[in-house]
Amino acid sequence: MAVVIQKDTKILIQGFTGKMGTFHADEMIKYGSNVVGGVTPGKGGQKHLDRPVFNTVKDAVKHTGATASILFVPPAFAADSAMEAADAGIKTCVAIVDGIPSHDMIRIKRYMRRYSRKEKMTLVGPNCAGIISPGKSMLGIMPGHIYKEGRVGIISRSGTLGYEAAQQLKNLNIGVSTSVGIGGDPINGSSFRDIIEKFETDDETDVILMIGEIGGPQEVAAGEFAKENMKKPVVGYIAGLTAPKGRVMGHAGAIVSAYGESAVEKVELLKECGLTISKNPSVMGDTVKEVLSRK
Amino acid sequence: MDIHEYQAKEILSNFGVTIPRGGIVYSPETAENKAREIGGSKWVVKAQIHSGARGKAGGIIICNSPLEVAQATDKLLGKKLVTNQTGPDGKIINRIYIEEATDIEKELYLGLVFDRSSESIMVVASTEGGMSVEEIANEKPETIIRSKIEVAVGFQNFQARELAFGLGIEPELIRRASETIIGCAKAFSELDATMVEVNPLVISKQKQILALDCKMSFDNNAMFRRDKVSELRDKTQEDEKEVYASDRGLNYVSLEGNIGNIINGAGLAMASMDMIKLAGGEPANFLDVGGGATPEKIVKAFRLITMDKKVKVILVNIFAGINRCDWVAEGIVQALEKIEIKVPLVIRLAGTNVEKGNKILQDSNLNYIEANTLEDAANKAVAALK
Repeated sequence: MAVVIQKDTKILIQGFTGKMGTFHADEMIKYGSNVVGGVTPGKGGQKHLDRPVFNTVKDAVKHTGATASILFVPPAFAADSAMEAADAGIKTCVAIVDGIPSHDMIRIKRYMRRYSRKEKMTLVGPNCAGIISPGKSMLGIMPGHIYKEGRVGIISRSGTLGYEAAQQLKNLNIGVSTSVGIGGDPINGSSFRDIIEKFETDDETDVILMIGEIGGPQEVAAGEFAKENMKKPVVGYIAGLTAPKGRVMGHAGAIVSAYGESAVEKVELLKECGLTISKNPSVMGDTVKEVLSRK
Repeated sequence: MDIHEYQAKEILSNFGVTIPRGGIVYSPETAENKAREIGGSKWVVKAQIHSGARGKAGGIIICNSPLEVAQATDKLLGKKLVTNQTGPDGKIINRIYIEEATDIEKELYLGLVFDRSSESIMVVASTEGGMSVEEIANEKPETIIRSKIEVAVGFQNFQARELAFGLGIEPELIRRASETIIGCAKAFSELDATMVEVNPLVISKQKQILALDCKMSFDNNAMFRRDKVSELRDKTQEDEKEVYASDRGLNYVSLEGNIGNIINGAGLAMASMDMIKLAGGEPANFLDVGGGATPEKIVKAFRLITMDKKVKVILVNIFAGINRCDWVAEGIVQALEKIEIKVPLVIRLAGTNVEKGNKILQDSNLNYIEANTLEDAANKAVAALK
């Protein structure tokens, strides 16, 4: 069992008929993901990419039995779509979209508190590359072919830096069990800790590579969780050594505003938690290889 | 997005927060009149720039006559004020706020921020107003009290009361203090703010509760639904190149070094800058052209980087995924037909169709240095400086 998604996971595309939704749905289908249909309000009953279009997520779930969805709706409507997915019983929702207001994210998280832990949807993102379990399924926008099948779990805020890591691993003939992009926003659906916990219990993952960056408490929270609760080794890298304090570095969440949020401080804190730190972004693959050889 | 003090005061005053009487002026002549209009016998002339710590930098002047107000305005207008937050270049003073002076009995701190640990909006207060929140946290952490806003129902009266009593405010002022705190919380929630800071919030000798200095920042991602707020943007307070970039959909931060960067993705951009630093160089900027790295964005990026006179080497690092390297390479070649580059150029492509991409660059008549890994790219960029 891979984490989060499986080979046969039934996937809906929210914002199916738009340009982004169409392009990436097609890529996902080509990769082998089980895309069963999509939602575009007002276009229900049509066919798109040979799959049915529905007006509401509830309709789509009823007719297809989908349990996962991916959002390609504009930022202004993204919060609404995520809540619609949660209410329709979707179990995993990936929000690709960049630019959701932070107040909306807080609202989504507040809304999801109405569901019990068992019923609660796992929201991944926003502003992320999505999830891929190589050889099984892709619920994201990444170039699938750079991921080799294997036993390294990757969690990354950044899309392209996550690709860089997958490529470095592939060049060393090391594969990936699942890669999860949690996104660059200050408030996101799933944290590093949420995903790292899933990897710990995943029998297809031996080692975890956590690619963090400046800003926020999540990397260190995950490190503390690993120290207390995990047996699997975790390799960490934190981007943003040169970032000045108080400036937003592209990602809305990449801003140093408090103690413990700079790259240097995070690296120190993660080392104290027992993580192996990749000393620069060029050796993320080598560091994972070295940790694997210790086992 | 940041706004000026006077703009924040106007907003908060619409949410029931009391502010001292004041007005904005753009010339010494109007300043003198404005002082008379405000009345009283003592005024504060405040330089409006997007920075705190203006007082220590000489940007706030207390005056005892309308003539002094005019002189102080004359002294400040058009100057660049350098504070410990502006960087060495400072920020231009184009607007002056004139305010009646307040007889202060007590200075308090009130701030509202997104708290990333609890993923909620946190109201923070302290009896130690006038100091920065960092200073309070370091020197008097025991004075800090916090309360969370429950977004479903908003900040409640009892929460505001608890804070007010916690600040040691006398019973007859509790109601006013609570209204002030709730007003700030409403402004924060209703206008997509990311920060509201009233520092100091004062109790005057006349027993008024006044917002003496205010700061507000807003979520750029929410400006599509905040027309009135977005009109308050003052581009003269931002770095010229950063304004150029944001107007063209590029994520750009100007830095002090001399190696210019063009990279796709914020994380990869930060990582590449880290590599430059480890190789012994200093990045001139952060620039994310977006995951897709479209040819249009690459053209814009080259135009922007060549505007920066301190750039002595340009490093391009693109990890092409679904957008293939050959397509990105064609974009780079096309861009450089339009823009002349006078400094060494290092290009590293990675990802889909990297061989094809590099072949296109090699076959063009581009004068550039090819790099393979992140480390190789940074080393070559630093070596090209010499």
